[in-house]
Amino acid sequence: MTRFAVKATLRATNAPTGPLGRTGARMAREAKLDGHGTWIGASVPRKEDGRMLRGSGRFVDDVERYGALHAAFVRSPYGSATVNSIDVAAATGIPGVHHVLTAADLDNPYLLAVLERDEFVPTTMPLLAESEVRHAAEPVAVVLAEDPYAAEDGAEAVEIDFTPRQAVTDLDTAPTGPNVHSGLADNCLVDLTMFDDDRLDGVLADAPLTVEAEFSSARLAALPMEGRGCLAEWDDRDGQVVLHASTQVPHQLRSGIAQALGLPESTVRVIAPDVGGGFGLKCVVGREEVVIAAAAARLRRPVKWVEDRQENLTASFHGHEQHYAVRAAFDTTGRLLGLAADIRCDVGAYSAFPFTCAVEPLMAATELPGAYKVPAYRARGRAIATNKPPTAPYRGVSRPQIVLVMERLMEKAAAALDLDPLEVRRRNLISEGEFPYTGASGITYDEGSYRESLDLAEKTVTEAGWYSERDELRAAGIPAGIGFSCFSERTAYGTPIMAQRRMGMTPGYDTAHVRMDPTGEVIVTTGTCGHGQGHETTFAQIVATRLGVHPDQVRLRQGDTDLAAYGWGTFGSRSIVIGGTSARRAADDVAAQLRRIAAHLLEVDESDVRLMHGAATVRGVPGASLEIAELARTAYFRAHTLPEGSEHGLEARGSADPPGTFSNACHTVLVTADPGTGAVRVRRYLVVEDCGVVINPLVVDGQVRGGVTQGIAAALYERIRYDGDGQPNSATLMDYLAPTASEICPIQITHLETPCPYTEDGAKGMGEGGTIGAPAAVLNAVNDALAHTGVAMDHIPVRPEDVLSSLSRPLATVGGT
Amino acid sequence: MKPAAFTYHRAHDVREAVELLTELGDEAKILAGGQSLAPMMNFRLARPSALVDITRVPGLDYLRHDADGLRIGALTTHRAVETAGVPDGFRVLPRAARWVGHYPIRCRGTFGGSIAHGDPTSEWCLLAVLLEAGIVLRGPRGRREVPATEFFHGFFATAAEPDEMIVEIRFPGAAPRAALTEFAQRQGDFAVVAAAVSLTIEDGVCSAARLVLGGVDPQPAVVDADQALVGRSANETTWRAAGELAAESIDPPSDGHGSGAYRKRLAATLVSRAFTEAATS
Repeated sequence: MTRFAVKATLRATNAPTGPLGRTGARMAREAKLDGHGTWIGASVPRKEDGRMLRGSGRFVDDVERYGALHAAFVRSPYGSATVNSIDVAAATGIPGVHHVLTAADLDNPYLLAVLERDEFVPTTMPLLAESEVRHAAEPVAVVLAEDPYAAEDGAEAVEIDFTPRQAVTDLDTAPTGPNVHSGLADNCLVDLTMFDDDRLDGVLADAPLTVEAEFSSARLAALPMEGRGCLAEWDDRDGQVVLHASTQVPHQLRSGIAQALGLPESTVRVIAPDVGGGFGLKCVVGREEVVIAAAAARLRRPVKWVEDRQENLTASFHGHEQHYAVRAAFDTTGRLLGLAADIRCDVGAYSAFPFTCAVEPLMAATELPGAYKVPAYRARGRAIATNKPPTAPYRGVSRPQIVLVMERLMEKAAAALDLDPLEVRRRNLISEGEFPYTGASGITYDEGSYRESLDLAEKTVTEAGWYSERDELRAAGIPAGIGFSCFSERTAYGTPIMAQRRMGMTPGYDTAHVRMDPTGEVIVTTGTCGHGQGHETTFAQIVATRLGVHPDQVRLRQGDTDLAAYGWGTFGSRSIVIGGTSARRAADDVAAQLRRIAAHLLEVDESDVRLMHGAATVRGVPGASLEIAELARTAYFRAHTLPEGSEHGLEARGSADPPGTFSNACHTVLVTADPGTGAVRVRRYLVVEDCGVVINPLVVDGQVRGGVTQGIAAALYERIRYDGDGQPNSATLMDYLAPTASEICPIQITHLETPCPYTEDGAKGMGEGGTIGAPAAVLNAVNDALAHTGVAMDHIPVRPEDVLSSLSRPLATVGGT
Repeated sequence: MKPAAFTYHRAHDVREAVELLTELGDEAKILAGGQSLAPMMNFRLARPSALVDITRVPGLDYLRHDADGLRIGALTTHRAVETAGVPDGFRVLPRAARWVGHYPIRCRGTFGGSIAHGDPTSEWCLLAVLLEAGIVLRGPRGRREVPATEFFHGFFATAAEPDEMIVEIRFPGAAPRAALTEFAQRQGDFAVVAAAVSLTIEDGVCSAARLVLGGVDPQPAVVDADQALVGRSANETTWRAAGELAAESIDPPSDGHGSGAYRKRLAATLVSRAFTEAATS
């Protein structure tokens, strides 16, 4: 075995702290094998990719069962309506249709997401609508048929008598519009005023500069490549309904099903096979998944539902539709003195289980200050109900918006004070020597490289000639601009942090189990649930390093509620920190067992035994060595040779519950605008990011690139639109403009490494940063490109039409698309 | 997104296809590549009772140049047009092909299918009108040729009878100075606005011009911009003036891809750019 790579050197307290120091350390690490046998930091190709690229992955729709019925949901054609009657007779007469189920047939089940706060109004989400529908595409009935075609024929034939009502479709009219839920005052589901600093009004009144601005972001679809879907079947051996589902959170889905259907959790088993992306859309429980489980349990027959793209865009979960009204006080040097924010989130018609509709306003109000020092702070966060689909915690969860707010404020203050906007940022960023820093909203930030990442980004793009390129483009008549965004991203929210939200179920910790078999191969079982992040590779790197084996000898078992202890799944950039640390701790216990066996067999002291390169060796005794496979064989098959009282088997459990750790980054982007069409093109993109110790650079880079792409999409392309009646106008990928590779430029990535202080590996979470930083950077760049017009844009997406109307000059004589 | 039930018929030659269309009646549709029809069926926006698959009909995949002009067989794929060697006067066709969808779409979609579908932003529909092509149809009453300028009747409606099929598109005259350009936010999307132009320049002066816009009307819109063009110097000022005149003479609709006012500005830009490209081609 020659593939053992490089070792991670956690930065010692006296190590160079400047950005070049860290970058240099990292390059040195990639360059040299120091013989310590660590896989941390190695660009191990993803184990998952072979089967994915060959088309031999196993997604929900690849799982087939004899005699399965296929489901099609009958959905509301109205944004808001009363359901007078449902006639299923014609539908049941269609060839191939076996059953049509309505709410009444299932005893009117519902999901209830709970937040234990007085300011929260709990509302139930019926699995199938009963007397009213609250958004277009809300499920009203389900047709079960022999094939998906007959099921859709049946769904068309269900006759529902509706009385349409006026729909509420935007934040501004919602408070005075009809109630989305009966008795819901002002259509407000959550209204929280947090961190109300009584000095703030004085600060705002007295400050040399007060910036007032409003910001908005459009409703988005998370758009995983695989939509939702599930296959439910009854297993008579265990008296269980077994649900294969495309989910990020198998245990929470199990809890949702059990609670909605009044079942013990033991009678439900959820298995997530390969999952083709989630981005938060699949970290909540869908009505459809519970209905399919209920149907299979009732009929004792397998039932499958695979969401199509139209359903994915109109009937699943959305996110990110927010509005901010902000006042910020600055001194004459650009230092932020105080910040007041009124935050409204259009959360749609229901609270999704289990995170509730408060997830966006809570995140926004708590984390708005971000990477900046805000001495006096107040935030009001509201969740406003509308006749649109409910929202899920889509990648970034309010942080793309709050970073956009803070980054635009820095630019506005700099413009007003005639200062360099990067210098204004430097004066406000939490900096070296101030960590750990506790901010106005009570958050404690572990050490990061906020200033350093900005310095390095500026240096990199200056040396690469971005500014001269921008100026040359402008001289040629092409509007061009450079934008920055600085941000930190809290990741790996542990139980104490999650508990501050006061959800009915508090996620946070996780567990892992590691077992070595008699041939020295390892199985890791985790409660996290990778769905594209490469966990099979990165968890193997972590565990292989601790056990001295090759990552190919380590397999990950995830996504099965009957295999793992209650696990919280994969969301919120938690898995490598919480799940990976759990696996590492379990592996350390197994490694200790292996060392004890080796010490016994080699008659040496346990503390002198090291595990690496597939063998146990002894410090100071060259030649004394046993293969790890031999130790495993001994543990299982020759246990009689071990000292009396030795434990049996080679396995252990580990857990982790860190308080949350902050990654950070600086994004820089160069854009051009076509003066004749207004189309903005992203031309260059740089990410200087710090997610602590990088387990696998390939995986981190992939996450960053995908995230940045989604952030660029939010800034320039994507929006879910509803008309005044609540009809969706973005029901296909012709109208919902997800960018493709043709629209995205190469993304350059530089890593800094400030290790997480709470975990042994030093990794921080990093699943969302790309999406969080990109909208602000792109919006700042667009504003820089339009600086000569005097127009300032504070909304996303910025559409070509917006840009063209800002360009007051005559139509272009130069440039193309 | 599953189509409603339909019957499937495979035609082995044009005659069989026409017989099938005659026999199956008004609700039958020809499948000639399926790049537009199949998605519309999946959305159940189109619900043909029967499909007549002509993709295996031999002899309809060609680009041929003779005394009557350039003939393109109905089953010629967009990709084949893109990569074809065509006589000088017809180079606008392969150049425009890059705007048609994405590579996989160009490899499956067909020229005749696109004309029959009649999307008002379709590159081939615009060029057929621009270059005054003839649409050659075969039906139970024989063969006829309909001028492209009379063929498109509004969104997805054409002069073809339900029992007729397109067999060929004939481009009668060379257009050495012609260009098509368009705008969509994403490469490969249907154009928000498209402009196809053709130009004659004599001694540095524009002596004749023709202009067709897509995305502003339910069918390709022929715009008379002679006033800004004919007799004027062949230069940027003229092209910009033509763009402005075109923008003034249209009243495009608004939708999620852009307001009517934005489409007018796009038209001005694209017409100007198309003439610039045509003048230098």
